[in-house]
Amino acid sequence: MNQPVFIAGTGIISAIGNNVAECLDALENGRAGMGEMHHFNSVHKERLPVAEVKLANDELAQLAGLPGIKSRTALLSLVAAKEALQNAGITDLAHLRTGFISATSVGGMDKTEDFFTRFLADNSKGKLRDVVNHECGSVTELVADALGIKDYISTISTACSSSANAVFFGARLIRHDIVDVVVAGGTDSMTRFTLNGFNTLMILDEQFCQPFDENRRGLNLGEGAGYVVLVSEKVAATLKNKPGIILSGYCNANDAYHQTASSPDGIGSYLAMSGALKKAGLQTTDIDYINLHGTGTQNNDIAEGTAIRRLFEDRYPKMSSTKTFTGHTLGASGGIEAVFSVLALQHGIIYPNLRLQTPMVDLPFVPEREFLKNVEVKHVLSNSFGFGGNCSSLIFSKAE
Amino acid sequence: MSDLKTQIIAQLNLQDTKPEDIGDDQPLFVEGLGLDSIDALELIVLLQQQYKIKLSNAEDGPKVFQTVRTMAEYITAHQAQNA
Amino acid sequence: MYIRATGNISPQKTFGHKPLEELVSYTGNRLACIEPDYKEFIDPKQIRRMSRIIRMAVAAAMECLQEAGLAKPDAIVTGTAYGCLEDTNSFLSKMVEFNEELLTPTAFIQSTHNTIGAQIGLMLQCNNYNNAFVHRGFSFESALLDGMMLLKENDASTVLVGAIDEITNSSHTILNRLGLYKQGPVSNLDIFDTKTKGTIAGEGAAFFLLATEPSATDYAKLDGLHTFYKPAGTAEIEKQVLSFLTKHSVDMNDIDLVITGRTGNAGTDRIYDELAATIFKNKVLLDYKNLCGEYPTAAAFAMWLGANIIKSGTVPAVLNRSDTAGKKIVRILIYNQHQGIHHSLSLLSAC
Repeated sequence: MNQPVFIAGTGIISAIGNNVAECLDALENGRAGMGEMHHFNSVHKERLPVAEVKLANDELAQLAGLPGIKSRTALLSLVAAKEALQNAGITDLAHLRTGFISATSVGGMDKTEDFFTRFLADNSKGKLRDVVNHECGSVTELVADALGIKDYISTISTACSSSANAVFFGARLIRHDIVDVVVAGGTDSMTRFTLNGFNTLMILDEQFCQPFDENRRGLNLGEGAGYVVLVSEKVAATLKNKPGIILSGYCNANDAYHQTASSPDGIGSYLAMSGALKKAGLQTTDIDYINLHGTGTQNNDIAEGTAIRRLFEDRYPKMSSTKTFTGHTLGASGGIEAVFSVLALQHGIIYPNLRLQTPMVDLPFVPEREFLKNVEVKHVLSNSFGFGGNCSSLIFSKAE
Repeated sequence: MSDLKTQIIAQLNLQDTKPEDIGDDQPLFVEGLGLDSIDALELIVLLQQQYKIKLSNAEDGPKVFQTVRTMAEYITAHQAQNA
Repeated sequence: MYIRATGNISPQKTFGHKPLEELVSYTGNRLACIEPDYKEFIDPKQIRRMSRIIRMAVAAAMECLQEAGLAKPDAIVTGTAYGCLEDTNSFLSKMVEFNEELLTPTAFIQSTHNTIGAQIGLMLQCNNYNNAFVHRGFSFESALLDGMMLLKENDASTVLVGAIDEITNSSHTILNRLGLYKQGPVSNLDIFDTKTKGTIAGEGAAFFLLATEPSATDYAKLDGLHTFYKPAGTAEIEKQVLSFLTKHSVDMNDIDLVITGRTGNAGTDRIYDELAATIFKNKVLLDYKNLCGEYPTAAAFAMWLGANIIKSGTVPAVLNRSDTAGKKIVRILIYNQHQGIHHSLSLLSAC
């Protein structure tokens, strides 16, 4: 039950790049992905910056190799999952028990929204094919079928912690000997439903977001997908590129404070981080980098910051919010940030927290403002905290 | 103010509450009616929908929505401005 | 692994721990849950922000925890295929109607799939593990597996696992347009006799308290769970069933009852006819979707039924199964499939 689970591959598509290499380049060169809405239409176009993937649906379909009109959520997922599998280079995948655990908050809503406009006027109208893949699980299956994975498939939806939960659920499936390989992570695409939903909560920033800044105004919504390929120790040993990174810790805890707001002292965040450390058998002093949830909302950043202050007690590791680059990709954020965490370990790099002008006065630490190279990074903590008080933390480590 | 109370009850789905149950000066949030931050957002929309008043800064919410009376006073003041 | 307690809101009179005493019949292709007075379970101040599906889930979860005598489980895991349809519908409709202006947050925050589990966690002030699966006909089974793994990992000794799906007017219209349901007057209690196309729509909220330690009042042991996706044909299904039993050191002869997921749709039910002639030959087969309808998480109703049968040792008299009279039911195999895509097997036995 405690055998190590290795990360054999990573795949990603986001506002800052269509694959791992492009994203790494953007992260190193401080190129954020926010901007005006381009592929997506909304009444709020002029007012709200978003972090869109810079490809239209037909371009995504081509990249994914999935022709026909499919949900953007599925297309993003397939592109990233394919890259992760290719990256893992598992040659005899057909003979291994393989799973696909994907996470999403919107599912096929991008197409359902279009259906609904007609359906509401007349319920015999609206193209059924637009709504047939509405369910989160349907999006996952479109991708699983395209990837040829069928031994274990499921979908998790716990708001912003969704894909972090997917990653460690996948790892546990391996530990319980249900599968040998799992592609795990998440995907979300821009929808009017989500944009408007967040707008009603008045937590969207009309400028580019500034997580962990004293004067932060809110978040920028983003879209994308991020997946890791998890393998058992046995499979890892057979791979040409011997994977050197493991998922050493994980924890899912609940804030149980309010439906959307985090508790002021971040109890859920505290429990998730400390639980992950306990699972990994690590101390706070072992952590070299925290990939913050850091959405840029008044509420999250102080709750998360407070939890970090309480847990790390003035021995603070380097930390940053990569949402300053990718925006908040909701159901995909845990997966995307898992990929960034693995890359940080692989390349010995620390990402900057962009646009940090005034550090938060209530916190005794300041996120990293510069991109750092040649850093000794052995353990990375990645936080994903969502609505419903769902808090999850993952720890990735260099294998001994 | 009794119209306002009826609107509040409808907007916040306070099913078992009647307008008479809400005191003019009864605190709406935390104690009293026990409303929370989501209710505050709902009330902001109520102001816009019913009274065409836009509360652009959510942080003003606690002051404006302290009691039905403070809400009513805010509405009167801003309606005069809009007129 | 023990099923210590249950809570079930369904189109039958299942809430309140009555053993199935009478059957409720419906005419038409849509069944509706028989709901309790929620004010007995939920503070009215909180009810206002709960849509129907959340109220159903919370009440079923509360009943389950009350039966278990447990204030806080070590984990809460939920499964729902469609999520909170009413709120999704409400927010979407307003968004279209008002062209993205003057929208309010309540429907939006209530529409997220994890709201169900989150509301339960919030009500219980439970800071423990809380997860939500949203995978079509595997939603319940994924939640169940997550719970079972937590217990095996010793990261929990009690897990509250639930599955919930609702029907709304819009969802029913859409699914009806997709050709899933029977047309014309039909009674749910006759669907297995009609041999026509289509099934009937159901809904429900079923919760289980799983525990590692036995107690005096457990329903049944949950010995195993297995799911498989898009099997190639009957031969593969047979293989999956037999290897599942072998894995749990059980022989088909040891199975006293097989609960099967016939939906009344002649086409997709054919598989059950085939299996009845092969691996399930001479086995007592019991169907349940005439009671609860067909929906992606209907297998949770099957598990509730199975657990109750194991607890009492007999099939409820009202189901009129003379072929089970005088026979103590000690081991049950549940085989369900959803639209030929999602297949699940579970094994229950007496404590």
